[in-house]
Amino acid sequence: MNIYADIILDHYQNPRNFVKLKTLTSEVELNNPFCGDKLTMQILSKNGEVVDIAFQGEGCAISIASASILTTFAKGKNLDNLAKFSSRDMLGLLGIELTPTRMKCALLGWEGLMKLLGS
Amino acid sequence: MLNIKNLKNDFPIFKKYPELIYLDSAATSQKPSCVINRIVKFYHEENANVHRGIYTLSELATEEYENARKIVAKFINAKSLKEVIFTCGTTDSINLVGYSWIWKNVFENDTILTTEMEHHSNFIPWQQAIKYKSKVALKLIKVTKSYEIDLTDLEMKLTKSKPKLLAITHVSNVLGTINPIKKIVEIKNRVSPNTRILVDGAQSIAHIPVDVYDLGIDFFVFSGHKLYGPTGIGVLWAKQEILEDEMSPFRYGGGMIQNVEVEDSTWADLPEKFEGGTPNIAGAIGLAEAIGYVNSISMNQILKHEQKLTEYALSKLDKISGIQIFGPPKIDNRIGVISLSLDNLHPHDIAQVFDGQGIAVRAGHHCNQILMKQVLKVSATTRISLGIYNTIEDIDKLCTGILKVKKIFGKFKT
Repeated sequence: MNIYADIILDHYQNPRNFVKLKTLTSEVELNNPFCGDKLTMQILSKNGEVVDIAFQGEGCAISIASASILTTFAKGKNLDNLAKFSSRDMLGLLGIELTPTRMKCALLGWEGLMKLLGS
Repeated sequence: MLNIKNLKNDFPIFKKYPELIYLDSAATSQKPSCVINRIVKFYHEENANVHRGIYTLSELATEEYENARKIVAKFINAKSLKEVIFTCGTTDSINLVGYSWIWKNVFENDTILTTEMEHHSNFIPWQQAIKYKSKVALKLIKVTKSYEIDLTDLEMKLTKSKPKLLAITHVSNVLGTINPIKKIVEIKNRVSPNTRILVDGAQSIAHIPVDVYDLGIDFFVFSGHKLYGPTGIGVLWAKQEILEDEMSPFRYGGGMIQNVEVEDSTWADLPEKFEGGTPNIAGAIGLAEAIGYVNSISMNQILKHEQKLTEYALSKLDKISGIQIFGPPKIDNRIGVISLSLDNLHPHDIAQVFDGQGIAVRAGHHCNQILMKQVLKVSATTRISLGIYNTIEDIDKLCTGILKVKKIFGKFKT
């Protein structure tokens, strides 16, 4: 299966929410040493909801596209509900079949979100 | 050029995967049938432990194992069989020197010298070995903007620090650069004659002829699996006087002793002194067969063929926009290991798209994080590396593959 579906390519070349938040509740740094992916994810939450969420960094197409798709999905969502969003749900959101190695790239942003929701 | 179509036929993997464009020989080489068959024959007809039995089969296995040592010795022009130690590979060989030689010969305020272009296997052993010593410095020779060893920096550091050891790669597994070892030894003999030199031959042994005495070095290490031989076998060559007088055994156990008492033991002569435990007998025999295979083609012919192919590859890659090559532009001082970047794309994405077209390359830091951080200033590269089975058609397909990558990732580019 071709993992470079249009949705991945689009979000890679034009990542959404690829900014630095001016006001934020917390942030987290993420690292995938296999790929050399390095991302920072930031969240602004209020009244149990995601007001804003963004990321910055360097990475492969899968990690950047996944973080872009995830942050788009997460905006405005209820924090408690979001905490139940599993890694399987994340991969489902991407809709592509990945090898175990590339799954790490795809889940980097999701790991970041889980860390932010946990803190 | 060599009749390469026949060479591909020598390697069964290309029968199994006829569409495979294998460009990752720097990671490991494919194996010719003769090597695979020789190992199978050993287990079918000759298998017994070596140096231990009286019975005929054991004597036969010992003879084959020692004959393999003879073949290795001749291949690198060692003076004596006592200088050739079988190990598990390059990393194993270097760790052996790291533990055994450093322990006995490096002391407070000494220096170890290496370079910015070393594979982790020729860097971390030194970095860690000196932690057991007090005030021993590890210094790095710089790599120039043209991807070569800075010989001025080398001379300065040798003169200033008079290091106990210089550990340097023969050929870089990222840049493809061939380091001028003879010239470096000349400099060393002039300004710091007591420095020992260890040369990492992992990437050179399969591509350029090696003569350890002509090079004028003290230690040479390499792996079998990059030389069309099996995994799990390698060689440490060192001058006999070094192995005898400057190194204690590292791998203690069966087969490396003279006499064992409760309090202490005495050691066997070379080379057994460093070969404790049952060796990789089949591996050594397979390695010897691989050496026989390359000798039947001749290392000089192999070098010529790969140089022509490398030149062709470099000229084709040069015509593709957005490609940057990290390595010398001319074949005079490089082999067919070519690291590149393509536009702003991540090497893992490039390698993934290539995989979809049957092209096998390596993406990552290639166990050279120091080079990546301090010299290339990228976190990863895409690397293609040639073996004797590669052809002009392989390079053409690679270039077609690159254009496909550009097309796919150009789709949504704003």
